[in-house]
Amino acid sequence: MPIQYYLFLSMALFSIGIMGTLMRRNAIIIFMCIELMLNAVNLLLVAFSKMYNDSSAQIFVFFSMVVAAAEVAIGLAIIVMMYRKVHSVDINILNRLKH
Amino acid sequence: MNLYEVLFWLLTVVAIGSALGVILSRNPVSSVLFLIVTFFAVSGHYVLMNAQFLAIVNIIVYAGAIMVLFLFVIMLMNLNADAEPQKNRLVQLAGVLSGGILFLVVLAALKTSSNNLLEQTATDIGLIKNLGMTLFTKFVLPFEISSVLFLSAMIGAVVLGKKGEPQK
Repeated sequence: MPIQYYLFLSMALFSIGIMGTLMRRNAIIIFMCIELMLNAVNLLLVAFSKMYNDSSAQIFVFFSMVVAAAEVAIGLAIIVMMYRKVHSVDINILNRLKH
Repeated sequence: MNLYEVLFWLLTVVAIGSALGVILSRNPVSSVLFLIVTFFAVSGHYVLMNAQFLAIVNIIVYAGAIMVLFLFVIMLMNLNADAEPQKNRLVQLAGVLSGGILFLVVLAALKTSSNNLLEQTATDIGLIKNLGMTLFTKFVLPFEISSVLFLSAMIGAVVLGKKGEPQK
């Protein structure tokens, strides 16, 4: 299996994540698209680990999962706090910060 | 076309299809379920690339812990209605265009990058013994630092989630 196939697959997943981040207004869906982008990068790291027969890249995937777990805990806490204040998770509400 | 390639294409179609489902479905709960399907397909890819331990960890951490947290928050906020306000058409089109153009640019740049093949023979670098040896010899300092990261994330989540009393 050529490495390009994995490159294109993870790039497609990453682009879908970017499209979702730009298209949707629900803060939770945007957050899920960020998780999708992180997973695309993890997939590519595992493919390179297989290509070079080296397990360091898999340790990097492990650390990026750690960061993703911490990020989800903080991010969902922020979203819950925002919902408590404005009773909505619509990100367009947040441009009140401008005034 | 051997079994490896059949599985590769099957998992690829499932991953991309359900990733599209995440961003196109109106209901947040079905978005979460589509994302879980995507994570399972990615885990299947990990197994195909001999990263068995990461496949299991991916299912446990992502599909098991993170997505349950998402589902929990969505249910808690009672958001499982279909009445999500949409961005206007122009902004949506701009989002799709910029994502698609990024995909095309990277595709064109990497089309002739390298001709390395992933061998279909089994290796044992993804087994827990080898990963543990690498983690606790070469990467032991980042491992310890990540525990501090977890502690600060935990404290931060508790502080943020606490009901704030009015300041004096």
